[in-house]
Amino acid sequence: MATKKFMFVNRKAPYGTAYALESLEVVLISAAFEQDVSLAFIDDGVYQITKGQDTTGIGQKNFSNTYKALGDYEVNKLYVEKESLEERGLTQDDLMDLVWEDEDDDWAEKPSIIMVSRSEMADVMAEQEVTLSF
Amino acid sequence: MAMLHIVNKSPFEKVSFRSCLNHAKAGDSILMIEDAAVGAIDGTSFSEKLKAAMADKTVYVLGGDLAARGLSEDRMIDGIKSVDYAGFVDLTVENETTQSWL
Repeated sequence: MATKKFMFVNRKAPYGTAYALESLEVVLISAAFEQDVSLAFIDDGVYQITKGQDTTGIGQKNFSNTYKALGDYEVNKLYVEKESLEERGLTQDDLMDLVWEDEDDDWAEKPSIIMVSRSEMADVMAEQEVTLSF
Repeated sequence: MAMLHIVNKSPFEKVSFRSCLNHAKAGDSILMIEDAAVGAIDGTSFSEKLKAAMADKTVYVLGGDLAARGLSEDRMIDGIKSVDYAGFVDLTVENETTQSWL
């Protein structure tokens, strides 16, 4: 099967709507079909990967740990927009430590999160062949 | 006639929170639930707008919605009160009317 560059653009906070969870499901399906998958976290999408999410008070399943498993599916390009964090009073320290293991480098753990500016994000988006927005 | 305004949309995504602040009267209460909970955090592009409203209104947040999004209560704007679902019910009883800003 031909491999294409897929980007999933995540723009909404988790739990208030189903978008974040639905995106995650399609990301995993795309990875299973061995596509070149990237994720973009912009606007309220940055809340999807904050650390310390605790859903006990709202009676919903906490799916934030699923982001930590993405590396095992060779989904290891998670672009996060700096401006979106700043507008929300957040920094990279507020995000989960998401990593992947590089089998070509003795399984060294490498960061999956790539911090980019808004203009750099636009460049990454322009390189994609398929873009799905959530 | 004190009113409870219930907001459930992120102030960074929709204008409903701003519209609520523009229409709420002095003495009213505002409760942030679901995605609106992210508006409780200080040092954001929205926090000054909410602080201005807090001069004559009381602002609450559903604590469970804040925690679900990985945000701790010590990052809230000073003066915002965190409530649980029982507190949510109390607010609807204490206020004569409620308005939901969907």
